[in-house]
Amino acid sequence: MNLTTKLLATTVLTVTAGAAMADDMTIVSWGGAYQGSQLKAYAEPYVANNPDVNVVWDESSNEAVAKLRAMNEAGNVTWDVVDVVAADAMRLCDEGLAIEIDPDTQLAPAPDGTSAADDFGDLLISECFIPQIVYSTTIGYRTDMVGDTPPTDVCALFDTEAYPGKRSLEKRPLNNMEWALVCDGVAADEVYDVLATDEGQDRAFAKLATIKDDVIWWSAGAETPQLLADGEVVMGSTYNGRLFSVIEEQNQPVGMLWDYQVFDLDGWIIPAGLSEERQARALDFIYFATDTQRLADQAKYISYGPARASSAPLVGQHAELGIDMAPHMPTDPANSQTAVLYNFDFWADYRDDLDAKFQAWLAQ
Amino acid sequence: MSDANLTDGPITTADGTSLKKSLRLALRRQKIRALLLIAPLFLFILLTFIAPIFDMLVRSVENQSVPETIPRTIDALEAWEAGAGAPPDEQVFEAFYTDFALAVGYKTHTKLGARLNYESSGLSSLFRSTGRKVGKFDTDAYADAFVEADPAFEDPAAWATWMAGAATRQALPLTADTYDAWATMLMDTKGKLAAETEIPDFVTTALYRDLANGSRPADMPDVNVSGWEPVSLAGQFAGANKGWADPQVWAIIKTYGSSYTPGYFLNAADLQLTPEGISQRPENQRIYVRLFIRTIVLSVVITGTCILLGYPVAYLLANLPLRSANVLMILVLLPFWTSLLVRTSAWKVLLQNQGVINDVLVWIGIVADDNRLELINNATGTIIAMTHILLPFMILPLFSVMKTISPSYVRAAKSMGANDWTAFWRIYFPNSVPGIGAGSILVFILSIGYYITPELVGGTKGVFISNRIAYHISSSLNWGLAAALGTLLLVLVMALYWVYDRIVGIDNVKLGG
Amino acid sequence: MAKLPPYASPAQRAWHYGYRTITGLIFFFLIAPILVIIPLSFNAQDFFTFTPAMLQLDPEGYSLKHYRDFFGNSDWQLALRNSLKIAPVATLISVSLGTLAAIGLSQSHVPGRRLIMAVMISPMIVPLIISATGMYFFYSNPYIPTPFGKLEIPITLTGTYTGVVLSHAALGIPFVIITVTATLVGFDRSLTRAAAMMGADPVTTFFRVQMPLILPGVISGALFAFITSFDEVVVVLFVGSAQQKTLPWQMFIGLREQISPTILAVATLLVAISVLLLITVELLRRRSERLRGLTPG
Repeated sequence: MNLTTKLLATTVLTVTAGAAMADDMTIVSWGGAYQGSQLKAYAEPYVANNPDVNVVWDESSNEAVAKLRAMNEAGNVTWDVVDVVAADAMRLCDEGLAIEIDPDTQLAPAPDGTSAADDFGDLLISECFIPQIVYSTTIGYRTDMVGDTPPTDVCALFDTEAYPGKRSLEKRPLNNMEWALVCDGVAADEVYDVLATDEGQDRAFAKLATIKDDVIWWSAGAETPQLLADGEVVMGSTYNGRLFSVIEEQNQPVGMLWDYQVFDLDGWIIPAGLSEERQARALDFIYFATDTQRLADQAKYISYGPARASSAPLVGQHAELGIDMAPHMPTDPANSQTAVLYNFDFWADYRDDLDAKFQAWLAQ
Repeated sequence: MSDANLTDGPITTADGTSLKKSLRLALRRQKIRALLLIAPLFLFILLTFIAPIFDMLVRSVENQSVPETIPRTIDALEAWEAGAGAPPDEQVFEAFYTDFALAVGYKTHTKLGARLNYESSGLSSLFRSTGRKVGKFDTDAYADAFVEADPAFEDPAAWATWMAGAATRQALPLTADTYDAWATMLMDTKGKLAAETEIPDFVTTALYRDLANGSRPADMPDVNVSGWEPVSLAGQFAGANKGWADPQVWAIIKTYGSSYTPGYFLNAADLQLTPEGISQRPENQRIYVRLFIRTIVLSVVITGTCILLGYPVAYLLANLPLRSANVLMILVLLPFWTSLLVRTSAWKVLLQNQGVINDVLVWIGIVADDNRLELINNATGTIIAMTHILLPFMILPLFSVMKTISPSYVRAAKSMGANDWTAFWRIYFPNSVPGIGAGSILVFILSIGYYITPELVGGTKGVFISNRIAYHISSSLNWGLAAALGTLLLVLVMALYWVYDRIVGIDNVKLGG
Repeated sequence: MAKLPPYASPAQRAWHYGYRTITGLIFFFLIAPILVIIPLSFNAQDFFTFTPAMLQLDPEGYSLKHYRDFFGNSDWQLALRNSLKIAPVATLISVSLGTLAAIGLSQSHVPGRRLIMAVMISPMIVPLIISATGMYFFYSNPYIPTPFGKLEIPITLTGTYTGVVLSHAALGIPFVIITVTATLVGFDRSLTRAAAMMGADPVTTFFRVQMPLILPGVISGALFAFITSFDEVVVVLFVGSAQQKTLPWQMFIGLREQISPTILAVATLLVAISVLLLITVELLRRRSERLRGLTPG
């Protein structure tokens, strides 16, 4: 491509794009109840303070990396703030598609004065990523389909003798590989060392192959709850917030396990390539939306743990059901005794490799 | 026309031009008028549709990211023989050090890793992990030694002055090249000036190499580097990740070093490009040929079921009085007017294990409760749901052909003694074959490109090649492979279209009466 | 076919009723999904499941909450407005350009007719996923390809109303071409010549003579083009952005992130509207036939 014409085009684009969307702020998220909780906890109060801002939601977080890459290639970034999982954030940051954010100067300190960097602590896994919630992927099961001995650990997934029937698992290697190894006898703290080797990967695939014919693979968070509600699967993996909603809000005959829940983070990034004006507003929104109170507020609407240490004591009751939310948080000490600590660096490095192998394995 | 023209000389029109010429003119005018009527739409389609498709197809051979990210390495690899079984020599690693450090600055090394990972899995993690370590190589020993020799080497401003001098640049070709590339990178990524930024190790390493080659620039402090302990970059890279000592890795980089590559197309056919030529991919990675075959087989089955189900309906519609036919036609068109997504979800509700159909079968007693039929998340689900979705595309062309078959043919056959079946099979059916042809190719063409329905009801065994294309576009981000698979699919569709045009003629497609 | 003659043999009788049953089952197959959608849209729960309460016809199991959600939810209302803003304009473009081109194509001497036809039909036969991605990249950064390189057009169409309308117009064109060409095949050319001889200029001839005769084809093409845009989800997901989300977009998101029977409520409303439309068209047709003195067949 001719460089000058490209430059020219980009300049005109940025000018027109900037002018066209002076007060629209596009927030990209996941849709559903999760986006609803963000709307109530973050966007509505923010707009109340900044009435000139018009928030537009785009439910494209699933394809965030692909779309941001294409936008970047075209030189026309239409998103202002994007909610992504940590692994995607690392990838976007690595590729220069997200801007770096300094927690100490660009984020609010905790009410007691602790700096944001300390308040978020280890969860700041990338320079571009501001964590928002801790969620976990865990197992839900039909209480009326497991007989008198409901499952107590994650390896029930692989036990088709005791729990015959279909299982739903996510259509990607993440989490499934870890559980396969744990249930194949690998100690939890060695899982990622084993998974880094070819033999370890083969071992995980071999374990998964034992239930391959019994698995319905899902790719969207809403699928396992629907399959459980239909009695279509006896158990399946999904996000803990989805299970909370099925059990507590929808009153379905479903139970859940916390055993070997896999923690993951979800949070904000700001795309690179925004005009200064839009970037400043996006940063202003992030500053507001990730402060201690706002993060604690979100937990009123959905059972995901706030990412700041200072928010945890402020977590109250469910906005409608009035039940205490703390015991439903994945981070609650009682729930996280056997959690696998999702290894971000490992997955950043091995995701492409294992994705390719997993997809080929699935298609066999 | 005057009478005189009829009797003598060349025939002319009223204004005296010859008739032949005048007719030609009229014909040309007619052609121009026709083309003018067509032109707006033709241009519209070219710009809004054909150009995008073309743009997409070009991506299937583009490979600029490799030579653009590591140009020096690709040049240096020219001399290396992949077949020798040894990793490349130090010179290649030196070039690679510069390229890689720059790529890390531009944040393109992970993209390159992801690109090469499509050819051999494992390279993505190699590039990523090395990216974190390349700034911490032992080459800082050079920088220390230079500063020890003369503190001016620590001063970015001094470097900027040296690098502006033509004589110095000529004496230090590597350094000048590396320094310029670094300065451009700084400006592009951070907006910083090289004259105000600490000199990175890979630039001093380039200087060391120039000096070690015997250069003696006049206006730079004179440093004798001959006694320094050289840092092996091959060793440094192998220390960061042992993958760099593997000749196989370098063979792949060399093989995919050009701006255009057949690699994506080979990959789409389960082949790969190796230094030794084209070979089959390992058994466990061959999926695309299988998927293409599955797509075609399932589409044939779907077309077949559409004929089976569509023919009786079209026959009924064509032979009923208009009034009742039109009411029944609403039943055919109604699904057509209902959102595809909704119909597919409805099929989920119907077909699943605890779904309506299985419930009814269990209730009737045909199927045991603990042995329900597997109707979804497999090829059966795809066939049922897609037959339903494509059935109107079979019924409508069949119907319009059957409408033209005169009932008197069948009557004539019967009056000559044929029974009902013979009259139908020997007279009516052959007349309706063009309708079957039209409907079949239409259904088949639409079916092999389907994506949403197989995705929702197909599980892993009922998905099509389109699902793979979508996966590579939105998840694996392997756009080149998606484009190559798309091109192959497009060629298949075009070939079918050609057959269709030959057999049926595209003008004869009718949607509805 | 219409009626069984009184002299039919038992075998003919059996076949007659057997055939009716088979076609009846096929018709049932065609509308079965719609029959499932309607009751589920009144589900009191948030799943696509026939609950025990529903099966026992317990009023507790039914509710209108999904309909309330559709009318009360700003996302759904935005999607509805967008669909109603995009589909008619896209249809208008496809129909006007498509009709002109179909008339041009129906002339007797068109050079390169096969090729032109192939190009115009292509949006229907190129797999949608290919069209969608091609459009996505191209509309992000459109250019005019010339032999000397790309002449870039400094606008972006992705994420704009114009972009979605243009892409949908392109997808609708084959349907207009096919239906209008089909009506033109039987068009008697001497009619336009007669009009011209009586002194009508080409524009008058077109609107007063040709148009009324090919109108059924144009209308049916327009309906197909409209429904193509109204039901299109793959291309809009790529080319559009949240500001242009259409009903199918909202349904797709709904199916993926939060399965909610609101989708079914929307579908039920759309089915009701299409049934009304189709019945109105049929009644109008019968009325015009009566007025023209034809006995409906």
